[in-house]
This record gives sequence, structure tokens and C-alpha cells, in this order.
Amino acid sequence: MPEQENVLEVKHLCQYFTTGRGRKRMTVKAVDDVSFTVRRAETFGLVGESGCGKTTTGRTIIRLYDPTSGEVRFCGREISGPMTPQTRRYLTDNIAMIFQDPIESLNPRMTIEEIIGEGLRTRGIKDKAEIHRRVLQMLAKVGMTEEHATRYPHEFSGGQRQRVGIARAMIVNPQLIIADEPVSALDVSIQAQVINLLNDLKAEMGLTILFIAHNLSVVKYFSDRIGVMYYGKMMEIARSEDLYAKPLHPYTRALLSAIPEPNPLTERKRRRIDYVPERDHDYSVEKPSMVEVEPEHFVYCSPSELAACKAMLRG
Amino acid sequence: MALHDNDTILRVQDLSVSFRAYGGMVRAVRGVSFDLRRGETVAIVGESGSGKSVSTKAIMGILPANAVIEGGSVLYDGMDLTRLGEEEMNRIRGRRIGLVFQDPMSALNPIMKVGHQITEVLRKRMNKHDAKARALALMEAVGIPDAPRRFNQYPFQFSGGMRQRIVIAIALAGDPEILICDEPTTALDVTVQAKILDLINQIKEERHLSVIFITHDLGVVAHMADRVNVMYAGRIVETGTAEEIFFEPAHPYTWALLSSVPDLQTHERLMSIPGTPPNMIYPPRGDAFAARNQYALRIDFEQEPPYFSLSDTHRAATWLLHPKAPKVEMPEILRERIKRMKEEAAHA
Repeated sequence: MPEQENVLEVKHLCQYFTTGRGRKRMTVKAVDDVSFTVRRAETFGLVGESGCGKTTTGRTIIRLYDPTSGEVRFCGREISGPMTPQTRRYLTDNIAMIFQDPIESLNPRMTIEEIIGEGLRTRGIKDKAEIHRRVLQMLAKVGMTEEHATRYPHEFSGGQRQRVGIARAMIVNPQLIIADEPVSALDVSIQAQVINLLNDLKAEMGLTILFIAHNLSVVKYFSDRIGVMYYGKMMEIARSEDLYAKPLHPYTRALLSAIPEPNPLTERKRRRIDYVPERDHDYSVEKPSMVEVEPEHFVYCSPSELAACKAMLRG
Repeated sequence: MALHDNDTILRVQDLSVSFRAYGGMVRAVRGVSFDLRRGETVAIVGESGSGKSVSTKAIMGILPANAVIEGGSVLYDGMDLTRLGEEEMNRIRGRRIGLVFQDPMSALNPIMKVGHQITEVLRKRMNKHDAKARALALMEAVGIPDAPRRFNQYPFQFSGGMRQRIVIAIALAGDPEILICDEPTTALDVTVQAKILDLINQIKEERHLSVIFITHDLGVVAHMADRVNVMYAGRIVETGTAEEIFFEPAHPYTWALLSSVPDLQTHERLMSIPGTPPNMIYPPRGDAFAARNQYALRIDFEQEPPYFSLSDTHRAATWLLHPKAPKVEMPEILRERIKRMKEEAAHA
């Protein structure tokens, strides 16, 4: 496998939130020692259930939160350190975000043209004709027309709003897009439209995407590699084919077994696997760590579990 | 108005519901008919706005004030539920027909202990002590550990999955024979969803319930349903057994629905349905799906298709099934997928 350029490197990222003071002080380890890399022009999927820290990871990378510890590098440059105006500028020029709820993430008092063009205006482009031209160009790219530009978000359906969200993220020509559950608020027939659009844009513009979602079938379909998170920790990272064909971590297996598939014959016989950390792991003696079991396939496990994983791959 | 065949417990006939809105009447449900047989699960599947929730709200008599039942009937136990008064309906709602809502947080009263909410239905019939004993038994039955302590807690102290278990316990408290589940797992994580679905199947067996299950998730339909009704723009466009709908779909909308979701083996481009559902204040002439249908015939834009029977249990409302219609095959991607699903089932 040739060495590919890493666009994003996340190393031992921790994001803790604290509440209360004194004896009531509590720390929530939303993201706990998470490491992964995203290569150029690939889609990296982050999956997990609600509260597993996948959204927090995305938001910490784009510095909506200040990380507790750890390191995030974008094209080799550190972006997790102190926030200088230069770093912020570098960050916002190169990373854009698509949010889950298209109605809450669009300002209801701005027209579509203002929303999409805002990124250009904040970057100091004053030429209105230039902004107008690029907005129309972007609208065409996401499958909307010129007449949509003067309308307001409430005049659109969910799928169209999400297209606006995508156009807004893309207009600054970012190198990396963080898409946080971009299709989960949409109806299935509209979901397919948006997924196809993202796929087309990815192919056309060579985008790198960090795709955050809870729907494993969608993530599997859309991503090249997938990271599975559970309670703030990364459990397994693998190419999406491998993750599905040979899931190694018991949580990944439980997650895969829980997805109902549109096949009544297999569904009726489906046996689900439960994941109970206390039962499935004994970490009292050996401490677990992230290890590469086979090329491109990382699992969070202890030495004895590693041996078991390797045996499973051979068998 | 007795039901002729003993097996059918609930019969919805030609039900039409509209909403008074600013621009006119929104035709949310337009002539829906289906039967629910004893001990079976009927799924109603469709996108938001297709009228699946409104149909069940009409059955339960809990439509909002601006809704009008324009026609049709809901036959249950010799009565037409659409014509019952509030008092008579109260005797059926909760006691004979239970309802599980989508969002367990808004279905529960946040300032009332869950035990109190479960026993609410029971206290008219029994004393406080018996009611509590029964509520605790129900909580155990729906898999809530440490029931005596949980009995005195408030909804916010429960996780999403546990809250939905409470809602199910409340629905079961009146000992109903029909359970209507309106997207019961949409707000939950997949692993929790799996447990709730298994729980619903388990109590269905134990209590010989008949279930109407509303969802937009085809995987969930495959897991739960004996028979499936596919709804679009207020109409059932295709109805059949789960096998018929998943392996021999006949309506272009069902084709599109099935091939627009990726499963774990999908690699090819997803088939998306262009456009959006029609505005039901002005229902389009002819077939409501025609404008988004790549297989639409000229007649689709002029006349609403009737139901064509494919088997005793399988019917679809599309002109493509008319003897004079051109022969149209389902899309390649779907045929491939069905072939793969059958192979998988043979292996399993």
C-alpha cells in the first residue's frame, strides 16, 4: 500500500467536560484518548451511538471546543494549540462543517444567497458581482437553480435545506468537510438524493470528508474507512469492507448485529449480540491499547484479546 | 355492522381524514382500507406526511381539533370507532387498544412519577395497593430492573430506552388486545432499538396481541411485520405479506423506497426519488406519485389507478399492472438486491 498523504491527524485527543464544583464536581470524558488519521480524498466514517463522543470529536477538531489534551494536525500544521487569529483563519479556510439539522443551522432571516455567500464576505471579498457569480455556481453544483437564491430557508424542504448547507460549506473551497449526521434528519427518498450529491461532489472536487453518523449502513456505503466509538473511546478502525466482513471488537459485532436489514427472511431468524463491557473484557490485569491486528485494521484490546483476534482472523 | 370473518379484529374501511388549514383542506388520508387480524403485526410504512400517523390517530380518536373525518369507518367489536362519543371511546382507548408513541420523553408527564403514570389507568378498577402490585409486575415484564425503586422516579431519571419501556408498560396497563406502535424506536439508538423491538415481539406472543406498527425504516418492517401497507400521499399504494413486499414489489414507489436505502452490501449508486411529495392541499390529478415516477404513463396524470390484485394478499395501485400497460420490470439495482437477499436467506 503506497503511503498516502494524511490530511488530518488526530493524536490522543481528549475532550473532558466538567460540571458542578467542590464535592459535586464531575468530569465527563466525552472524548478520551482518540487517535485516527484521515487521508487525502478519502471519506472517514465515525460511528457510534448517541453520547459516544463522535460529534464532540468533530466539533473539537474544528475548534468549536478547546481540546483538554492531545494533538490535531491538519496537513502537518498543529491546529489544537492556542488559538491565534492566523490559526483560526487557517482552520476556517480549510475545514468546513455540515450540520445535522438543516433548519436550525440556517439563519431564518437571511436569504439563501446571503447564507451561502457569507463565507466569502467574511474572507474579505467585497465584489458583490463576484460573490453573486460564485453563489450561483455553487447552487448549480448542488442541484438548485438561480431563482432559489433570493428565497428564505423556510421556503424549502428538508432535502433542499441540506443542499444549501452543503453549498455553504463548499463555497470556501475547503480541503476537509466535517459532515455531522448530514442525512439523519431526512426522509429516506431524500436521504438518497443527498448521499448521491455528496458522492458526486467528492468525486468531482476531490474532497476529503469526515463523516459522522449513527446509521451504520449509510456509513458503510459512504466511507472508505470507519472508526467505531463507544463511550468516548475508539474501539476499532478498519476499511469499511473489513469492518463488516470481520468485525473484531465485541462492541462492533453487537452494533452490526443490531441493524435491522430489509430482508424479512433473515430478520426473523436474526440473533442479536449484546455488548456488556464488564462481561466481555477483563482489564484488571492487562491494560488495553489500540493495536494494529492486520494492515489497516486497529482494535482496542488487551494482549490476550489481541491473540484471540489474530486467531479469529486466521480461522 | 358485525365483522364477517372471526379472524379480523379491526377493519379500517375507506378512511379519509383532512385538516382545515390556511390554504384549504389538507387531504392527509384519502381512502385507506386495511384489516388487522388476530395475533398478527401489520406495518404501515411511508415517509413523513404520508398519512400513516394520522390514520392511527383516527383509529384511536385522538385527532387534533382541526381534523375532519371525511368518510369511512373503523370497525372494532361491532362498533364504528369514528362515530363513538368521547365517553364510549374512553372505554376503548387504553383498555382495548393501547398506544405507544414515538418520543418517550414527550409522551410521559415530566413532573409525575412513572409509577403514578402506570397506575393511572388501573386505579379506576382496583385499589391503590393492587394497582401498585400490578404496575410493578408490568415494569418487570417490560424489562425494567429494580422496579420497586424505579417506581418512585421521574421520567428524566430514565434513559431513552428505559423511558420507552415505561411507555410500553403504560400501554399494556389496561390489558389491551390491540397495540398501536407509532414509530416506537425512531428516537432510539440501534442497540436499544433492537431490544425494544424484541420486547414488543415478546409481549405480543405472551399476551396474544395484534399490533399495528408504524415506521419509515424498512429494516424494522422486515423484522416485525407479517403484512405491510406502503403509504404515499394519504393512500395505501401497495399491500401484501412481508415476503411479497420485499421480494415481489410491484409499485414503482415501493421499488424506489426499497432501492433508496443502502444496506450493508450496497456499492452501486443509490436510486433516489426526484422531487418532493405533493402538497396535499391541492392533490395532483391522477396518481399522486406520477410526477416523481420515472415509469409514469400518460394515464397516471389523468386518472387515479385502482388496485390490481397480484395474489389473494397482494395488491398495488399502479397502472403498470393494467393488462394493456407496457411491460415494465423493476429496476436492475433492486432485482440484484432481492436476488442477493434470497441467497443470504438460503445460507443463513
